[in-house]
Amino acid sequence: MRAFTYERATSPADAAEAVVRKPGAKFIAGGTNLLDLMKLQIETPTHLVDVNRLGLDAIEPTPEGGLRIGALVRNTDLASDARVRKDYAVLSRALLSGASGQLRNKATTAGNLLQRTRCPYFYETALPCNKRAPGSGCAAIGGLTRNHAVLGASDACIATHPSDMAVAMRVLDATIETVSPDGTRRAIPIADLHRLPGNEPQNDTTLSMGELIVSVTLPRPIGGVHVYRKVRDRASYAFATVSIAAVLVFDRDRVVRGRLAFGGVAHKPWRVEAAEAEVGRGAEAVAEVVLSGATTTEHNAFKLPLVRRTLAATMTDAAKG
Amino acid sequence: MIGQALDRRDGTFKVTGRAAYSYERQDAGQAAHGYMVGAAVAKGRIVAIDVAMARRAPGVALVMTHQDVAPQGARDGTVAEQFARPWPVLIGDEVAFFGQPVALVVADTFEQARAAAALVVVTYATDAGAFDLAAHRGEAYTPKMAAAGFPADTCFGDLDRAMADTPVNVDVTYTTPHHFAQPMEPAACLASWNGDDLAVCVSVQGIAACRNALARTLLIAPERVHVDAAFVGGGFGSKLRLHEETVLAALASRRLQRPVKVAHTRRQVFNIAGHGPEMIHRVRLAARRDGTLLGIGHDVNMQGARREEYVEQAATVLRSLYAAPHRLTRHRVTNLDLNLGEAVRGPGEAPGLLAVESAMDELAIALDLDPIELRIRNEPDLDPERRVSFSGRRLVECMREGASRFGWAARPRRPASRREGDVLVGFGMSASIRACFQGATAAIVRMEPDGRVIVKSDMTDIGTGTLTILAQVAAGALNVPIAGVSVQLARSDLPVSAGSGGSWGASNTCNAVYRACDDLRRKVMGPASLWGREADLASEVARRFPDGVEGEGILPGMQDDPNYKEYSVNTYGANFAEVGVDVTTGEVRLRRMLGVFCAGRIVNPKTARSQVIGGMIWGVGAALHEAAHVDPRYGNFVNGDLAEYLVPVHADIPAIDAIMLDDFDDKANPLGIKGVGELGICGSGAAVANAVFNATGIRVRDFPITIEKLLPGLPVR
Repeated sequence: MRAFTYERATSPADAAEAVVRKPGAKFIAGGTNLLDLMKLQIETPTHLVDVNRLGLDAIEPTPEGGLRIGALVRNTDLASDARVRKDYAVLSRALLSGASGQLRNKATTAGNLLQRTRCPYFYETALPCNKRAPGSGCAAIGGLTRNHAVLGASDACIATHPSDMAVAMRVLDATIETVSPDGTRRAIPIADLHRLPGNEPQNDTTLSMGELIVSVTLPRPIGGVHVYRKVRDRASYAFATVSIAAVLVFDRDRVVRGRLAFGGVAHKPWRVEAAEAEVGRGAEAVAEVVLSGATTTEHNAFKLPLVRRTLAATMTDAAKG
Repeated sequence: MIGQALDRRDGTFKVTGRAAYSYERQDAGQAAHGYMVGAAVAKGRIVAIDVAMARRAPGVALVMTHQDVAPQGARDGTVAEQFARPWPVLIGDEVAFFGQPVALVVADTFEQARAAAALVVVTYATDAGAFDLAAHRGEAYTPKMAAAGFPADTCFGDLDRAMADTPVNVDVTYTTPHHFAQPMEPAACLASWNGDDLAVCVSVQGIAACRNALARTLLIAPERVHVDAAFVGGGFGSKLRLHEETVLAALASRRLQRPVKVAHTRRQVFNIAGHGPEMIHRVRLAARRDGTLLGIGHDVNMQGARREEYVEQAATVLRSLYAAPHRLTRHRVTNLDLNLGEAVRGPGEAPGLLAVESAMDELAIALDLDPIELRIRNEPDLDPERRVSFSGRRLVECMREGASRFGWAARPRRPASRREGDVLVGFGMSASIRACFQGATAAIVRMEPDGRVIVKSDMTDIGTGTLTILAQVAAGALNVPIAGVSVQLARSDLPVSAGSGGSWGASNTCNAVYRACDDLRRKVMGPASLWGREADLASEVARRFPDGVEGEGILPGMQDDPNYKEYSVNTYGANFAEVGVDVTTGEVRLRRMLGVFCAGRIVNPKTARSQVIGGMIWGVGAALHEAAHVDPRYGNFVNGDLAEYLVPVHADIPAIDAIMLDDFDDKANPLGIKGVGELGICGSGAAVANAVFNATGIRVRDFPITIEKLLPGLPVR
């Protein structure tokens, strides 16, 4: 860990301004990911702006009938909120499938969206990584790639996004509200928050320097059966091999509408709206569209049949209620 | 007192944070913090090492490299006791494995040392290395011996002929990956010098071995080394040997003339703490149609390292397990440019039985025979290779008792035949055997005039319950209240034991303590007094021994104990597992597990149960989760943290139980007790693996059994 200075921000706009004032500054909220990365010198901020006391920790109804979730609402609190459990169950289930109780108590909504990849080559500072050291190369390509992306990867990076929560947010069409250092606010559809790696894998998101997430808004509840199916190598405390967030609307046992997002397969939560038009034709038809353009390695090729099978099971099980 | 399920004496200290581990000790005063810099390549040479920036960093007191390290004793594989061999550090410009410490940075605080360590600039000339066991398996050599004194090879009859002549046989290859012990407390040492005397608070399993190894490394007399390991947060084999952190702390402390402490970070554990090496197992079983084995064979090819030989005794597990006239067991070693392998809980048995007991299940399937019945039909009368009697072998009873308690009769008879919704359900079992060892051990028991008793031994309690069981033995032998018995352990000024490891700590030290109590009683009551008039002992001491009185007890090593020549002394067990496999995803989850064990007399059923259940859980991990993967291009352990190196967590272990048979092995030692520290892991993984086969009909021979290995064989839903 490099030595750093620290300040506690007093308002969101101040926080955003403080981060641009000092080159190399970063926000810190729960710190469950950032501090680990700092200890390994994967993240080397010169200055930390603590946003924990900005009061962004409420979950409130919106005039449109949705929910606004403060950026600092802890994962545990979000997962256990009665409104979330009732109307956005996929989100609650995704949250509870992630990390451990201790981490969820500390981790925040915004921080969860911004957590960095678990690619082991990103973590091994002795080896090249374009995400960690832009231009150094990608040690993962040609290496051990069981957990790596099968969709949307580039020649520069094949990492995946590790969040469960973000996959559920994606299927719920959440909107990310931010404030910039100049005080301007904007709303970013979650589809546009996370990037594909392209030639700039060091940029996980489209946020600009100093832009602070203040809340995440969920639109009006859309009903349906909510499922979060996470496939993992042990029963708890493991990142997804693949995961599916699904909201499905049935006419008796026939699915008539649905939304589907996939985790563990790409640099961002993966959702193909065009595939959702196929839900009436069954899981195989949906998977065909979702997985079109997939590229695999010897180690991660199993993710394609795994997605197909898990999707089919998810749709069948949801029909049973 | 022996046999009572007492709570651990140190339990409250540990759960309330009052147990000070080596790195937390304050008794040497304010210590400087050392941080190790690991090599960024796996094979090559240090061309240049620039420490100027690190030296100038805040708080830095010392940067030590191969260019300025003090002379040390050379590596010496001829020192008979492996754990007492010298372990020199920073000894040259050669890099032999990824992460090998190439510098130590010492600073006032840990954070300063760690930050400065990142400023050490090392330039390497990198050589192409060999990292892939399968690719290099053809280069294997035949070692002279396997570890723990076992012959490398044994051969009886003609296995090839038996394979050719029998109607049913199995010839299969299993692979077991690199494993790490991963104790909760990574290895650590706090070193301080007082003149020519070195004091180390260190996280080790054996005090005397540490003292001797350190003395040989630092080129000083063993008497000058004072070792203290009051609390150790788990060892599992990884703290049997001296490691870099201890030597570096001692060297830096001597240079700086101030206390220095060094610990492994969790990521460094993956590079520096020895791993159980990857192995390729060929198992051959040749049987008659009735299941009688005519031939058994186990060939193991494992990763080695050039700088020292370590031959994990994995191919020994069949030697005493099943009868068969034609037998062949062999160890081969393929040297790679990886760190040296070391013992990881159940060395030999853990990987060996995983392969062998899975292959036995394959034979049972081929024969269409109950796997328990197959094992019973091959139960030997005598140790089949040593041709001596077994002591306390109740393996069949373990299997029958387990079968009855587990409900084995209700198992799915055909593979892939039971389904509950989307879950394929399977049962599996395995047999366990673990060789018992006995190491020379001394103990002193002292009684004060006020009746208080003090037990003294350099034996460690690495989380197993030693403190508690030694108090039980002394309280029972002297017939005094256990509250009046204190136990002093884990210091080099105490009588020398064989330490914790190899499942021998309890049997060695309990017997030495028992004999010391006997000696004490004779001194007080005279030679005629054996075991009566207990009430008089304390009053006799009070009356006649104003300075108190000490008894000394010694247990000889197994080489000096005829019983270990005349008998095959082992512990035994049977494991039963039920798993559910998600038919869609191939996710395997344990549903319940039972182990039944025969391990001599159980001193404390509570601590013993913790040991065997812990071992069984390691078996679950070996079957389903654990593997350290090497990148064959770079030679690093890729999944080098506990988020990526998976071990079972609570949610993976639902209903688990262990039964200890009421037992006493009079050939093992006077108290009839045998060790349990590793018995739980022996074979338990195979029970889980066999349950996966029973659930799915898919035999995965490349451990661990993960999703992608099952997926292709699972039915379309």
